[in-house]
Amino acid sequence: MMDMEMMLSRRTLIRTMAGAGGGMLLGFRIPGAFAAVVAPKPWTTPTDGDEINAWLAIDADGTVTIRVPHTEQGQGALTSVSMMIAEELDVPWDKVQAVFADMNRHVNEGEEYIVTTTHGSQLVRLQHPHIMQAGASARERLKAAAARAWNVDRADVVAKQGILKSGNHSASYAEFATEAAEITLAEEPAIKKPDEWWLLGQPTPRLDAPVKVNGSAHYSIDTRLEGMAYAAVKSCPVPWGGLKSYDFGAIEDRPGVIAAVELKAVEGKDFTSDMQNGVAVVADTWYRAKTALDLMPVEWDFGPEGEVSNETQAAEARRLFEATGDVSNEVGGDAIGMIATSERTVTAEYHRPYETHARMEPINATVSVTEERVDVWSPTQDQAAPLKIVADQLGRDTRDVYVHTGFLGGAFGGNGGGATAVTRQAAEISRQIGRPVKVIWTREEDVMHDKQRPPVYTRLSASLGEKGLPEAFFSRAVWFTHNGVERHGPATADYAIGTMPYAVPNRRHERHNVAAHIPTATHRAPGANQNGFIIEQFVDEMALAGDWDPLEWRIEMTKGQERWQRVLLRLKEVAGFTTDLPRGEGMGLAIVADHGSICGACATVSVTRSGQLSVEKVVLVMNSGYMINPRGGAEQIEGSVCYELSHALYGGLDLSGGQFVTRNFDTYTLMRMHQMPEVEVHFALSQDGWWGGMGEPGGPPTPPAVANAIYFATGKRIRSTPITKHDLNWS
Amino acid sequence: MAFTLTINGAAYEVDAEPETPLLWVLRDNVGLMGTKFGCGIAQCGACTVHIDGQPARACATTAASAVGREITTIEGLSDDNSHPVQQAWIEDTVPQCGYCQSGQIMSAAALLARTPDPTDSEIDSAMAGNLCRCGTYRRIRRAIHRAAEIAKS
Repeated sequence: MMDMEMMLSRRTLIRTMAGAGGGMLLGFRIPGAFAAVVAPKPWTTPTDGDEINAWLAIDADGTVTIRVPHTEQGQGALTSVSMMIAEELDVPWDKVQAVFADMNRHVNEGEEYIVTTTHGSQLVRLQHPHIMQAGASARERLKAAAARAWNVDRADVVAKQGILKSGNHSASYAEFATEAAEITLAEEPAIKKPDEWWLLGQPTPRLDAPVKVNGSAHYSIDTRLEGMAYAAVKSCPVPWGGLKSYDFGAIEDRPGVIAAVELKAVEGKDFTSDMQNGVAVVADTWYRAKTALDLMPVEWDFGPEGEVSNETQAAEARRLFEATGDVSNEVGGDAIGMIATSERTVTAEYHRPYETHARMEPINATVSVTEERVDVWSPTQDQAAPLKIVADQLGRDTRDVYVHTGFLGGAFGGNGGGATAVTRQAAEISRQIGRPVKVIWTREEDVMHDKQRPPVYTRLSASLGEKGLPEAFFSRAVWFTHNGVERHGPATADYAIGTMPYAVPNRRHERHNVAAHIPTATHRAPGANQNGFIIEQFVDEMALAGDWDPLEWRIEMTKGQERWQRVLLRLKEVAGFTTDLPRGEGMGLAIVADHGSICGACATVSVTRSGQLSVEKVVLVMNSGYMINPRGGAEQIEGSVCYELSHALYGGLDLSGGQFVTRNFDTYTLMRMHQMPEVEVHFALSQDGWWGGMGEPGGPPTPPAVANAIYFATGKRIRSTPITKHDLNWS
Repeated sequence: MAFTLTINGAAYEVDAEPETPLLWVLRDNVGLMGTKFGCGIAQCGACTVHIDGQPARACATTAASAVGREITTIEGLSDDNSHPVQQAWIEDTVPQCGYCQSGQIMSAAALLARTPDPTDSEIDSAMAGNLCRCGTYRRIRRAIHRAAEIAKS
């Protein structure tokens, strides 16, 4: 049935991917030509070059292979890690190729890569010191090796663009790579200061474009193994509900059907043990498995959560609005009392619903369990996580487990724990049926059983003082997070509101963290997204109530805070913000801090008399402290705009009967090309010692800027999303 | 049952139920993994292929209906990334995560085959069936204009 030539043989698989390598080396695109993609080679001799440290090896021809321990989910990890190392190593950029690092080695041999996860916009922000250090160390050891051979001081050796020089001596890095690997430096070198960079800071195209235009980029879902079976799964539609019965006999004679496997929720509800009660049908192709599963009679026990809906949560929120919550931050005096006795107050209630990650690659995993070893392919944001998850599920030693990293078809925070549930499912099924298995979730299963972005209901009130500026501020939020991720709740619940930069002298911030059965998790700019929409519209409400221009209000209220002022003043310079536009047209502003960066947005919208909204343009100003690749950075910011506007304009999951009834892109609508606004990105970098993130902070200010613009266009204040479900007509 | 499909100019004999979506025959039976599964209901466009030169969503096209027709997948667009759309995509580094891009490229290539110099609104309407979660839409539109130039030169 299968074209055998398309499949990796077991032996080839182990030789080319085992232990590492992930399997794909990426060539650099030389301007005017198209670089070849280098074929996968075994880990220990990636291109026959010498390993100087875990991060890099150098070939005889000068090719530098950089082993990237982070996953590539579109955020440019392969490119940015390679840039940071090439910067320090000082090698021609067109001699650099990237490969995914070996997680079995990492986990079992001292965790040399230090951090393997990619979340929290942290790769460059938090990890540049140790990544650049790896490049600097390699450079200095190459110099030391040459110095020893030439009988000169290391300080007299210059390493530049792949060449070592001292006096009349000259050699390529490759000539000293073996010796360099054996050298121990008395003291590790410091990393370069930004004013010494030659590559970082330059707009640099991503390395992986060539393999992503011809279908050759390998994603986890593309894995094919000899003897592999396919599984389709259904978990109880109401999370944590039970499987009552299923009738395998009704479908076992269908073509290709191999087995049914019952799946059991892992007790404890920890963040990384979220497999639900369900059942899988295994067949010789996925479509046969999926069709048989659809036809198999299955009965569920929804349990006590079967009555939960958006409406019951809204009612609970209304009840809790009247109850004192946990205080997350308090500044100055009795804010509640001051607001209660003030004659000039502003009060509003806001709401953001559940949203799903909807990464384009549906959740999947392939696991091969044998007596001697276990091999895993999983769409994970942490290369090392599936190794630990599978070892745990199967009770195996981590030394026996090999993770093969492919590209990620998006992730956005949803695959942060390692695509846990599906990876456990695949491990369990492979163990039970005794052959490799690929599990793919349908899009419906992917949406229903994602770890969702939690909903929030927030009531805010403020009293205004003499200058029309707020003197007291009170917020009470009700979050519905899964108790298994409680540790994510309190922190993200406070972002942007509890941590606001605005100099309101008296503030009190409270939250209720309701434990709901729906699994929740991080979601690109967690907390800052929901809260940014809320606080940045309420700022406009306060500013307008006090007769302030929204931009001047923000500048006034962040006085003395250089990072914020830098963004607002640049926004004032480039965006042309005005409240003086004809009816039906509007501009709106917002500024939100996220993952250490501060991003301001100015949106321009038009709304027809009958309420048809068009987001025309979004101008963004980003202060991330520093910037290693303005081209990649601008792509991330523009992508964040699209991602967040999708939720704010069209998204929102409908929870009914304890389960999500919004299940695919026919009802969970996302932004399409004709709806994408013009995006203009500016950088206003403080460059004074701190680093902010880039992958997420562009999102949070965009929806409130759009909503504020809608207010000026129509006079309507849109306090919940999706925005397009509101009637925006202004006739 | 067994039937023969012509894919990228080659004949493949496959054994599958005739109502099996072409997507799954391409991926699981033939082993061409460049065509992606995204939604299964023709809403995201990740599975876009050409059937007799026209863009089609392989997840909602039965394999039986493609018998006797010319099927082109992303792997069949060129051997060396030389199709004008691929060249333009690399030049502007359009893909981010890249998962939707096979479908985007196939829709763009079909558009340019029938409309060599499309306007923005022709591009928008031809590409409306292809979702991109990374938000590469503006680069896609720019790259389609660029591909039109490359094709002319």
